[in-house]
Amino acid sequence: MKFRFSNADEEFRQVVRQFVRDNLDPALKRKIELGLRLERADYVSWYRKLEQRGWITPGWPPEHGGPGWTHLQRYIFDEETQLGGAPRIITSGINMLGPVLIAFGTPEQKATYLPAIRRSETWWGQGFSEPGSGSDLASLRTSAVREGDHYVVNGHKIWTSYAHVCEMLFCLVRTDPGAAKPQEGISFLLIDATAPGVTIRPIRMLDGGRDLNEVFLDNVRVPVGNLVGEENKGWSYGKYLLGHERTGIAGIGGCKQQLARARRLAAAQPLGDGSLLDDAAIRQRLAQLETDLMALEFTSLRILSANQGARVPGVEASILKVRGTELRQQIMDLLVDIAGPWALPFSEEAMLDAFDDDMPAPEAFVAVAANALDARKASIYGGTNEVQRNVIAKVMSI
Amino acid sequence: MDFSLDEDQVALRDAVRRYCEGSYPLQERGNPETPEQARDRWKGLAQLGVLGMPIAAECGGGGLGATEVMLASHEFGRTLGGAGFVPAVVLCGHLLASGSPAMRQRWLPPLAAGEARVSFACGAAEMRGDLTRPGVAAEASGAGFVLRGEKAFVLETEQPDAVLLGARTAGREGDDSGLTLFVLETNQPGVVKQAFTTLDGRRAVGLRLDDVAVSADAVLGRLNEGHVLAREGVDRALAAWCSEATGAMEALFDQTLDYIKTRRQFGSPLIRFQALQHRMANLLMSLELSRSMACAAAVAVEEATPAERRRIVDAAKVFVGQAGREAGHCAIQLHGGMGMTDECRVGHYAKRLMVLDQYFGNAADHLRRLATT
Repeated sequence: MKFRFSNADEEFRQVVRQFVRDNLDPALKRKIELGLRLERADYVSWYRKLEQRGWITPGWPPEHGGPGWTHLQRYIFDEETQLGGAPRIITSGINMLGPVLIAFGTPEQKATYLPAIRRSETWWGQGFSEPGSGSDLASLRTSAVREGDHYVVNGHKIWTSYAHVCEMLFCLVRTDPGAAKPQEGISFLLIDATAPGVTIRPIRMLDGGRDLNEVFLDNVRVPVGNLVGEENKGWSYGKYLLGHERTGIAGIGGCKQQLARARRLAAAQPLGDGSLLDDAAIRQRLAQLETDLMALEFTSLRILSANQGARVPGVEASILKVRGTELRQQIMDLLVDIAGPWALPFSEEAMLDAFDDDMPAPEAFVAVAANALDARKASIYGGTNEVQRNVIAKVMSI
Repeated sequence: MDFSLDEDQVALRDAVRRYCEGSYPLQERGNPETPEQARDRWKGLAQLGVLGMPIAAECGGGGLGATEVMLASHEFGRTLGGAGFVPAVVLCGHLLASGSPAMRQRWLPPLAAGEARVSFACGAAEMRGDLTRPGVAAEASGAGFVLRGEKAFVLETEQPDAVLLGARTAGREGDDSGLTLFVLETNQPGVVKQAFTTLDGRRAVGLRLDDVAVSADAVLGRLNEGHVLAREGVDRALAAWCSEATGAMEALFDQTLDYIKTRRQFGSPLIRFQALQHRMANLLMSLELSRSMACAAAVAVEEATPAERRRIVDAAKVFVGQAGREAGHCAIQLHGGMGMTDECRVGHYAKRLMVLDQYFGNAADHLRRLATT
């Protein structure tokens, strides 16, 4: 056994670190460190730099513009960019649709869509969930009926991130309502977000954010050329997509960065004659979270090194997802407690640029409570943590 | 990054597993050993080569490393076997390797051969992880020393031929320096023994040292500078115990899963109930994370700088201690009333995990240390 990164991997880490230092706009870095809201332009400014370096699609094969990294290198990239305060690669086009088109798309679809995704010119929204179909996704009801060269789509999608700034949507729709199993009548369609009949309505969330949307599809006409793969096989493409992005699933870099920040902020908050960092209870919580993070980090590395070149298998991915998201939530809660009274003031303006004359809280705490509330979504999206536990248990009962 | 085992390591693990499955039958695990059983099993471990594993070849050992110790400890955890292995072989074996040539020849070959029983003697503060308060003073006297004080815990053996112990030769309790390690033969005048049984059914002994005279040859390593070596040895033992605890958790997981697959209530096997499935998923997650920490600790005791080693071992002790206690509770809960009985083995595993958590500082003690350094 050896727990050292190879010299080559350490060099790679330095290259990524230096790239972040040299290329990340300080204003953007500050926004991320303070937990402020990012807009599409913020992401795109960073993504363009990654694209020029050939790093924007770490999970894509080299023939489609991927950098050809090992899983360990991808892990290092995730960690270093997060530690350096850069935006994560969050777009559904890069993380989800790209791999599906590469595996199942037609040559025309690949040629039309992949370059624009890489250059961040086209943003894609994921239309999977519906008001009545969350964890039980296979019960989805949005229908697509074939009429000549088009599908006519009717339905209601929800929780579509960034749909309000997207050009395109990829949706799971029901093409065979009479199929024997609910999973068997579903197809994977690419839909123009600006087409007639598409209505996008942002949803105001607990933290005041509006990045998630409802998408109403009312007699939307979609060319049959926008079908991905075979009709009624969409479920398997959806599953492929959800299983794809998993090397960084535990979010180790982000947790490290937030914990280090918690330590700094605790040291700067007065308590009695000293600081909050002198308090035994706060120190114990920090030590506990750092211990849990270490266990998760070694587990991520153990799983990655055991699966060289292969995808992170199901149960392991579920373990990392559950423990990583729960740890993140605990860290964010600790930050709220460190902020104490400064978690109270809330300002939409401050969430955008941390500058608001009416905002009494120190800059560092402007977004802490909102971020802690936002972090609750982590145990809900991507398969709730309860569904993840079901996945783990299912493997056990075999 | 490489978490894999080589062929020799896999073969060693399999050999220890076969031995343990044969020597510690399921229904006897956790039962107190008779003196004959204890003797025979110790011999058996010697014949298997386990007692010499980390001991240098020229002293009759196998010259193997912390990874091999981790694998053997894990198997002992799975079967509640190997009583005395970690204190004697991992801890004392490591300390004795720094002794004089005469001391090494006197103790290491018989330790590896299973002919001498050796253990480490701890005071209550040391058992909480504070090695700077040995609770025994060693006063220079003529050419040797006189030892005075109490060591309440000589772990996992009733009749040690010799114990290693820390004693204060200079400075005050709490100082790092001024500690010296001694080898004490327990048949000396002034050594008062009080044997007792621990929670996990193992035998231990407490020592009172009433002005025990030892010669200067009894000093292990450097006078007044025993702290560094003692810490090294204890960290190695803690890493091994983390693996043992992980093995015990693995066995608890397997037994509990088997049980809820066969036990039926409300017309179906218990495993069909989601509340229980989620408890099992939680158990599996903490088992896997504990496994990672045990590996990390095993690697750290050989490769890391002292400060880094300490940080990783402390964190491993916190994580595995907490996870182990929780695993015990979970296994008992899922076995229902059966889990509360002495006949059912899960309670014995839970007890061993409680005991392991207490060794050289429990999870709370180690968390406090991490929080204050």
